[in-house]
Amino acid sequence: MRAVITVIGKDMVGILAKVSGECAEHNINVIEVTQSILQDMFAMIMMVEISKADIPFTQFAEKIEKMGSEMGLSIHAMHEDIFNAMHTI
Amino acid sequence: MLNAKDILETITMIQDEHLDVRTITMGISLLDCCHSDVDVMCAKVYDKITRYAKDLVITGENIEKELGIPIINKRISITPAAMILASCDNKDAVKLALTLDRAAKTCGVNFLGGFSALVHKGFGPGDKELIEAIPQALAQTDFVCSSVNIGSTKTGINMDAVGLMGKVVRKSAELTADKGCIGPAKLVVFCNAPEDNPFMAGAFHGAGEPDCVINVGVSGPGVVRAALAKAGDKLDLTQVADLVKKTAFKITRMGQLVATEASRRLGVPFGIVDLSLAPTPAVGDSVAYILEEMGLECCGCHGTTAALALLNDAVKKGGVMASSHVGGLSGAFIPVTEDAGMIHAAQCGALSITKLEAMTAVCSVGLDMINIPGDTPADVIAAIIADEAAIGMVNSKTTAVRVIPAIGKKVGEELNFGGLLGSGPVMPVSLYSPSKFIARGGRIPAPMQSLKN
Repeated sequence: MRAVITVIGKDMVGILAKVSGECAEHNINVIEVTQSILQDMFAMIMMVEISKADIPFTQFAEKIEKMGSEMGLSIHAMHEDIFNAMHTI
Repeated sequence: MLNAKDILETITMIQDEHLDVRTITMGISLLDCCHSDVDVMCAKVYDKITRYAKDLVITGENIEKELGIPIINKRISITPAAMILASCDNKDAVKLALTLDRAAKTCGVNFLGGFSALVHKGFGPGDKELIEAIPQALAQTDFVCSSVNIGSTKTGINMDAVGLMGKVVRKSAELTADKGCIGPAKLVVFCNAPEDNPFMAGAFHGAGEPDCVINVGVSGPGVVRAALAKAGDKLDLTQVADLVKKTAFKITRMGQLVATEASRRLGVPFGIVDLSLAPTPAVGDSVAYILEEMGLECCGCHGTTAALALLNDAVKKGGVMASSHVGGLSGAFIPVTEDAGMIHAAQCGALSITKLEAMTAVCSVGLDMINIPGDTPADVIAAIIADEAAIGMVNSKTTAVRVIPAIGKKVGEELNFGGLLGSGPVMPVSLYSPSKFIARGGRIPAPMQSLKN
């Protein structure tokens, strides 16, 4: 099972470290990362493997969203099914 | 393979354009709850609903968190209550409604539909008792929704029932006058009612449905409007229709995913996805704004019916391929008080009930959530119902009336329901009387299905 984590917000030091740190803590493997910085806006999309995670995905999603709002970032973790359903036939 | 553009598009749709799944509705058959003693029947009804739907809300919430897509409502629809009431010696319909309300509260759903009767050809046992109890039932309950089917293309229109419903709508408003006339906002009068509709207030679980089923209603007027806005003014109407189709496809795929997932987790068969554009009072989540984005100055001006016809058809065409089973009402809803653009159009006078009536000939439902003056007589309400039913009957489509007599209020004053039901101005109705026509009763015969002109 895979999930997509998106991070959008003002660029600052350590965003990638914090998000991937949180993943590592819960045994979630990062498969792919794309990131871009447009002017001072930071946008990152991470594909992660969640089958071996040590907490239920819904809890992880809540945790990482909370972490995002504390850093002033908008972070969402969503199951990849929603994107596949919408964008592939 | 997913690319960043697709991912960001989905996130923008959800975060900024109000994309959501409007409802997961569990349909439950109550036919096996029949009993000659109304108390025994109510106990069986309560038991069956709370047993079947006990995990509905939590399952919906879990899917919502995992997929990251808001699922606004979790609801229940039941066998038309008049059918099971028919088995009782003492047909106490209000007692049944209170039981349904209690069951809805125990399950944590926000509406339960199916306090209904199907009387398009005539009244069977239990039908009249139920219809006459609707005003009391809606006044004494919070979550029960009611609907009555009074006509169909195959049977014609039962004008005795139409006359009765005029009185019921009015009485229902009077009994809830202290609560903002909320009663008739939970009551729909149908022609050609669909048996698998997941949307309230008109949801019920038809007699041809399985024991239990999951139906899902999608939404997303904001997404369609945003897609049109981004494309700009250069598109001709063929291209506009294509863009709406593509957007509807994406929205419906999401509904299909949620429906399949809910059905799997609950162990209940998947019924249908209802491909509707259901507006909410939130700014940006309006069907009227889509029509205005197409190039109308204000919803309700000449051209509105044509624009709505294009929209309604394109939504269906786009959605059909995205789902394995499509049903319910499927199309664009035009409820006035639930749509910021419609409210504005009604307030500035661009939108009238007569224009809305024309629009209902091409939209997915009918005259929906319209506030009318508090002193509107019952036979005028009945005549509004008859007109609307005639449009549905002749055009082989579902039409419905949900008008709210705003007791104590006059044209131009506002009536506020709050939440998804919204608020809106009281709109004028014709002051000439249809009394004699309505008093005749009888049935309007079913229309010809050939010689179509």
